[in-house]
Amino acid sequence: MLKDEDRIFTNLYGMHDRTLQGAKKRGHWDGTAGILGKGRDWIIDEMKASGLRGRGGAGFPTGLKWSFMPKESDGRPAYLVINADESEPATCKDREIMRHDPHTLIEGALIASFAMGAHSSYIYIRGEYIREREALQAAIDEAYDAGMIGKNACGSGWDFDLYLHHGAGAYICGEETSLLESLEGKKGMPRMKPPFPAGAGLYGCPTTVNNVESIAVVPTILRRGASWFSGFGRKNNSGTKLMGLTGHVNTPSVFEEEMSLSVREIIEKHGGGIRGGWDNLKAIIPGGASCPILPKDKLEDAIFDFDWMRENKSSFGTGCMIVMDQSTDVVKAVWRLSKFFKHESCGQCTPCREGTGWMMRVMDRLVRGEAEVEEIDMLLDVTKQVEGHTICALGDAAAWPIQGLIRHFREEIEDRIKAKKTGRMGAMAAE
Amino acid sequence: MRHSHPTSDDLQALIDAQMSLEGPLLPILHAIQEAHGHVPEAALPLIAETLNLTPAEVHGVMSFYHDFRKAPAGRHVVKLCRAEACQSMGANALSEAVLDKLGIGWGGTTPDGRVTVEAVYCLGLCACAPAAMIGDRLIGRADAARIDAELEGAA
Repeated sequence: MLKDEDRIFTNLYGMHDRTLQGAKKRGHWDGTAGILGKGRDWIIDEMKASGLRGRGGAGFPTGLKWSFMPKESDGRPAYLVINADESEPATCKDREIMRHDPHTLIEGALIASFAMGAHSSYIYIRGEYIREREALQAAIDEAYDAGMIGKNACGSGWDFDLYLHHGAGAYICGEETSLLESLEGKKGMPRMKPPFPAGAGLYGCPTTVNNVESIAVVPTILRRGASWFSGFGRKNNSGTKLMGLTGHVNTPSVFEEEMSLSVREIIEKHGGGIRGGWDNLKAIIPGGASCPILPKDKLEDAIFDFDWMRENKSSFGTGCMIVMDQSTDVVKAVWRLSKFFKHESCGQCTPCREGTGWMMRVMDRLVRGEAEVEEIDMLLDVTKQVEGHTICALGDAAAWPIQGLIRHFREEIEDRIKAKKTGRMGAMAAE
Repeated sequence: MRHSHPTSDDLQALIDAQMSLEGPLLPILHAIQEAHGHVPEAALPLIAETLNLTPAEVHGVMSFYHDFRKAPAGRHVVKLCRAEACQSMGANALSEAVLDKLGIGWGGTTPDGRVTVEAVYCLGLCACAPAAMIGDRLIGRADAARIDAELEGAA
């Protein structure tokens, strides 16, 4: 378990002073000008060496992403855009940073922007986060007043402006290119890639989009050194991470922990165990709504990190786990996710716009058992036709939970259909 | 939030106040909604004219984002989370109880214009599921009695 001195977010629960003064006492904003003084290349190399992978779900190496930004400006400004549109169902980690430890994010934004040659940065916060917006804006104002950001930020000679922009209730705006569209004041519809944002992003200028947590951990990594950070977790999955536990655990929580612990250890240590004991576990969704469900028999020695989850056909996502016990109707749970994705599809690509509706309607009948057994394979086929055929990953995200359900719970679906047909309770339901 | 029928001068003033921003369309819509509780139809041509966009474009943007409303909502907007984590902690029973008590369906407003209930998919309060939001106040570990009590006190 992570030791207290190794925590990056020391005010995760808001028990301490969240002001600039309080943040400084906890070691933030310490020698920031000195870090900038070491230069862009040093910062990017150090971030690469730390092995930090993007904390927004996709897990792309952060240092590498930064290195795609042009070294020399061709006259266009560069931008850092911070994705605080945290709307994945069950994911609630970035909000804790923004409302309780906002200065980690602001300091990170300054350092990251400097490393990419950006003089301005935008934070795109989701519309529903009202208290978080207030807390973050107060912290930004405070940092301006103290000269930590603004002209000659921290006395480093670098001019840096930070803007807070709020969304208006569209999940899709968490996708990086649709977030840029939304910032420009358009419908949040994803753009084709390439060109990638590092070439032509916000207003056609070089842009990097990073998750809140990816940025907020930067100052501490640079202060304590890349090898400290990479010392946690398995190779390629290094670091500490904010994780969440929700659903049928005794004590749902958000906490910082090292990567690559076992799923069971995390649930028992931080979640107080499953409601009714470990054997009452049915399944988990590891990292937010789009990650395929994993049943209990897969979880006995599961490791909670990017690579293990990928090897087992799920996804680590944001590290915020939904835990479901035996009382859960998993088919209905996945139907609910299908409904969510149908609701949030932006309508730009046909496979997603139409497919999410089809998938939801078939799922609807599977929940009630009013379907033919063959329709399970037909549904699987539809998910395969949506997956990979859309501009952004929302199509994939809608397809994966259903594929996961069919992979692990096909019997339960079939059982329900048979039970409906014969009017008798199925073998599994009778258990 | 007050619900009023703004004149075109009112609207134009709100639009002009945001014009110094880059990408001002969303900030304009936010400002109008904050001031008047909704974005009236009459605002769209004004915005289109000021930003040199087509009315269709402005309509498209406004209808794309769920937060912007065409008509005023009830005086109190209750948002109930229906996403996974909340569902596993009893969100379905909660929403049934709340909707039954008010006698309306999802997205409906009580006849006296007091309460509107809307579904929301994740308020980011999963650790305190089930979650609800009344106006701009978040409520964790919500139950029907608590929501009743919150609404009871409100006119």
